[in-house]
Amino acid sequence: MSIITRLLPMPAHSFLLLIVWLMLNVSFSLGHIILGSVLAVIIPLLCAPLQVPQPKLKRPLRAVRYVFMVLGDIVVANVQVAILVVGPMRRIKPGFVAIPIDLEETLLITILASTVTMTPGTLSAELSKDKNWLYVHVLNMPDNEEEVISLIKNRYESAIKEIFQC
Amino acid sequence: MSFWVEVIVSILLIIGGTFVLVGSIGLFRLKDVYCRLHGPTKATTVGLGGILLSSMIYMSHHNGYLSIHELLITLFLVITAPVTAHILAKAAMHHKVKTMEATRNSHMVTTAREQRPPVSDNDAGSS
Repeated sequence: MSIITRLLPMPAHSFLLLIVWLMLNVSFSLGHIILGSVLAVIIPLLCAPLQVPQPKLKRPLRAVRYVFMVLGDIVVANVQVAILVVGPMRRIKPGFVAIPIDLEETLLITILASTVTMTPGTLSAELSKDKNWLYVHVLNMPDNEEEVISLIKNRYESAIKEIFQC
Repeated sequence: MSFWVEVIVSILLIIGGTFVLVGSIGLFRLKDVYCRLHGPTKATTVGLGGILLSSMIYMSHHNGYLSIHELLITLFLVITAPVTAHILAKAAMHHKVKTMEATRNSHMVTTAREQRPPVSDNDAGSS
């Protein structure tokens, strides 16, 4: 193991830490760069033993597209939920749905669950222990629950699968 | 400050403010915990997004350099908001909080609480 890999067990994380540090201080002065670099070396050294192996990002471009797709969905769904909330309450028909998921890795499940929560109208509530079912609370349930299930599976889950190619 | 910057900043602030207001109204009007969780998570997305974007434009214009603090705030919000909502929903399940009468599949709370796979609708009546 060379000295560089020993000093920087997680190069990408170190770089990100430095960037975040500089962004937080909105300054590119030498002092902040040095301080940020020191933090970027020390923090990953302390955290490296805690690392759990995670699947690698296979297609970064798809990931960017996914982020923008989710952003668009958030805006559209936000308007729908806003109308729903301001309108009469009896029109709201909430419900739970259990969504069968095929993802194995915890990171991917976390991304899926977070996306589900961030898009208005749906909220991930619980994951079954065998990681096969995601319980989702839906604010306004369509008459056919399959609609919600297929939307989440086809739109988000398949995209995540594609990004990580598993 | 030029006219167009003012217009854009104002529009973004109004959009952001409206959505934060709607989120709060949702928190007040909706009937059970799970539905109420929907309000704030929505307000944080578009509501705060709009406000932070307008802050970014205003500060960048005011200071003369790109202000990117706000991007970090957005990043941290996007990472933490779903987790808090998830934990709150989980806590509500464990406290056996009442759900709205109209809630469909409320029997799923029982299996979800124990992190078991759902039972099909047919066995739900017997169990």
